[in-house]
Amino acid sequence: MKDEMSDESANAGMVGMAHEMADDRALAARAAGHGAAVAMPGAKPILEVDRLRMYFPVKSPGLFRRTVGQVQAVDGVSFQVAEATSLGLVGESGCGKSTTGRLITRLYKPTGGAIRFEGQDIADAKPAELKPLRREIQMIFQDPYTSLNPRQTVGSIVGAPLAIHKVLPKDKILPRVQELLEIVGLNPEHYNRYPHEFSGGQRQRIGIARALTLQPKLLVADEPVSALDVSIQAQVINLLQDIQNEFGVAFLFIAHDLAIVRHFCPEIAVMYLGKIVEIGDRDSIYSNAHHPYTQALLSAVPDVKQAASGSRIERIRLQGDVPSPIEPPSGCRFRTRCPIAQEICARHEPPLLQIGKRHKVACHFPGRLGQAPREPLTAGLLGVDSEGRPDPGASPSTDLVEQPGYADTWFDLDNKSIGRA
Amino acid sequence: MTLPASELEIHETAAPGGDDSVVNVAGRSPTQLAIARFRADRLSMISFVLTVLIIVCAIAAPILVAVGVLHPNDFNQDLLSDDGVTPSGKFGGVSWSHPFGVDPGAGRDLLSRLMLAITSSLTIALTGTIITVIIGAVLGIVAGFSGGFVDAVVGRIIDLTLSFPQTMMLLALAGPVVQMLRGDVSKVPGLGFLSGPDLSNGLFVIVILAAFGWPPVARVVRGQVLSIREREFIEAARLFGASRSRLYFKEVLPNVWAPVLVYVTLLVPAYISAEAAFNFLGVGIKPPTPTLGNILAESVSYTSADPTYFFLPGILLALIVVVFNLVGDGARDALDPKSHR
Repeated sequence: MKDEMSDESANAGMVGMAHEMADDRALAARAAGHGAAVAMPGAKPILEVDRLRMYFPVKSPGLFRRTVGQVQAVDGVSFQVAEATSLGLVGESGCGKSTTGRLITRLYKPTGGAIRFEGQDIADAKPAELKPLRREIQMIFQDPYTSLNPRQTVGSIVGAPLAIHKVLPKDKILPRVQELLEIVGLNPEHYNRYPHEFSGGQRQRIGIARALTLQPKLLVADEPVSALDVSIQAQVINLLQDIQNEFGVAFLFIAHDLAIVRHFCPEIAVMYLGKIVEIGDRDSIYSNAHHPYTQALLSAVPDVKQAASGSRIERIRLQGDVPSPIEPPSGCRFRTRCPIAQEICARHEPPLLQIGKRHKVACHFPGRLGQAPREPLTAGLLGVDSEGRPDPGASPSTDLVEQPGYADTWFDLDNKSIGRA
Repeated sequence: MTLPASELEIHETAAPGGDDSVVNVAGRSPTQLAIARFRADRLSMISFVLTVLIIVCAIAAPILVAVGVLHPNDFNQDLLSDDGVTPSGKFGGVSWSHPFGVDPGAGRDLLSRLMLAITSSLTIALTGTIITVIIGAVLGIVAGFSGGFVDAVVGRIIDLTLSFPQTMMLLALAGPVVQMLRGDVSKVPGLGFLSGPDLSNGLFVIVILAAFGWPPVARVVRGQVLSIREREFIEAARLFGASRSRLYFKEVLPNVWAPVLVYVTLLVPAYISAEAAFNFLGVGIKPPTPTLGNILAESVSYTSADPTYFFLPGILLALIVVVFNLVGDGARDALDPKSHR
């Protein structure tokens, strides 16, 4: 009884603080002219994804295929990738990671939102406009066994982009192919072999060589190592790091292996059912996760050191299955499996709040594991009471639009104040 | 390093020098591997040699006729017995100058007629097969790759074609279409020399074979394309901005060749026997131009009077069909090493 009382009073304070913070943040954003916030002072973003949406129509069978529903594969995803760095995109199967990658490479046409590559919006670009872009954005595929045409030699696979874009005369293609094969650690004399003569790791290297052929500035790596065994994974990851250091390529690194992402990416975005639930730099995500889904994901990572000392963190088991993206849950998409979900979670979708210099989280109750607040932090911002019902006295913040990048001000949850850069 | 001739040592000594060991490292393509597997199968190789012989026969026959070695249309009344119908002598008048005997009623050399019959039958079967495969492959690739509405439309056309009563069509259309073909072909400038009843009759058979033969090819190709278009190398090609024709012919087509090739080798014998069956129904090239079909159709009336004349064309037809089928089976096994008979 006593505890509850003190909690409630504390929460009341929090809600008030949230109101203040909302106003403050709105001011700060207005001062910044609503422009997308700059991520890091030195690095300018090469790719900026702004509220990207991809809804796949679900069609009825038969000759007259009416649209009977939509799979909301990607629903309002925003992030930035700075030049020559890596953004890791993690999440379980079917959460929309690969779709996001295919949208950025424009294998799919997005339903809505913007993809700004070097400032130019390519979301609605026509095929003819896309052709120059194909040289800048390339992709490394997941399965090295289906990503190489079995009827073509390695030389023609790696050289095909050069032939299509006519960047080199025909007699110069072979030397360039051999140079690329050498870069990825293959014997340059193997250009006239066929893919079936190589192992999985070697095939993935061929795929990497092909992606590098046109000297792209951004590489979308769609689970580039998940089809390889562990010893080969390390080699390929090291190769990708060498390539990044040598050629200054930016990576969008899609994976579900959290250990590899931690090794490779200074910044990580966690996706769940088509939305980013938490995004931040490596330390914010791995040692300061504030979203219950991120915490559950991290607790599932096997840790050798902890296993050796016998004192492992208790694993968080999520109940149930991922809901269908055709009919996602109302409000927060994670609420059906969330251990701390409350009324408000079913009524309102949590906005992606910035809670650190480079850390954003989409949760009504953000907090470290076991320290989640009892009252929703976001109620004030949304203009509702703690149950999620409209609060006539509240003044909802108008500045909750989720923009890519980070603002200069944020909600400092530890000190219950506004943090500033 | 105590093993003197181990592969390891050879590799180690060769590798630093590099040049000698890496000159000839050309890989073997899937096609080359399939050919190697085909060559290893003795039955397929024997059938293949026989197939080549048959094709050589078919090409040589008209040349030999022109040169005057074969005389398919010379009447030899003196070789017939007193009744003026059956050939005199044993086994249908077999002799050194007529190794297969002569045909009853006219006394024409049967070897010459059979060789020329192979030419006309094979021409019809091969032309029919080529047209069938082109129609089937193009519609199959387009339907499979486009999907959606195009796929549905092609699918319904396939259903419609398959549900048509082919034999009825054949008999009902034979008269008017043959007439039409005769008139039209001779009107095309430069094709006047092609006119004639044999050509229009033969063309009609080819048209019927192709018009009703393509749906299975289209289905096979479409099925293959459906699985290939989802592979990541197609996405990779798209990422490079590959054109539609490049996707169709450089990325997809080489991967559907194998089942198409198998289908071709099985379609040729089917069409040879179909031509024979059509002739039985009175449709197709008419005598005196010999085809396997019209010789067989004629020989049926001589089963007891001149059994040699009945059996020889029958055996030849069976041999050709079996040999082509064996080549087709061998090709399938070679191209798809995972399938087992």
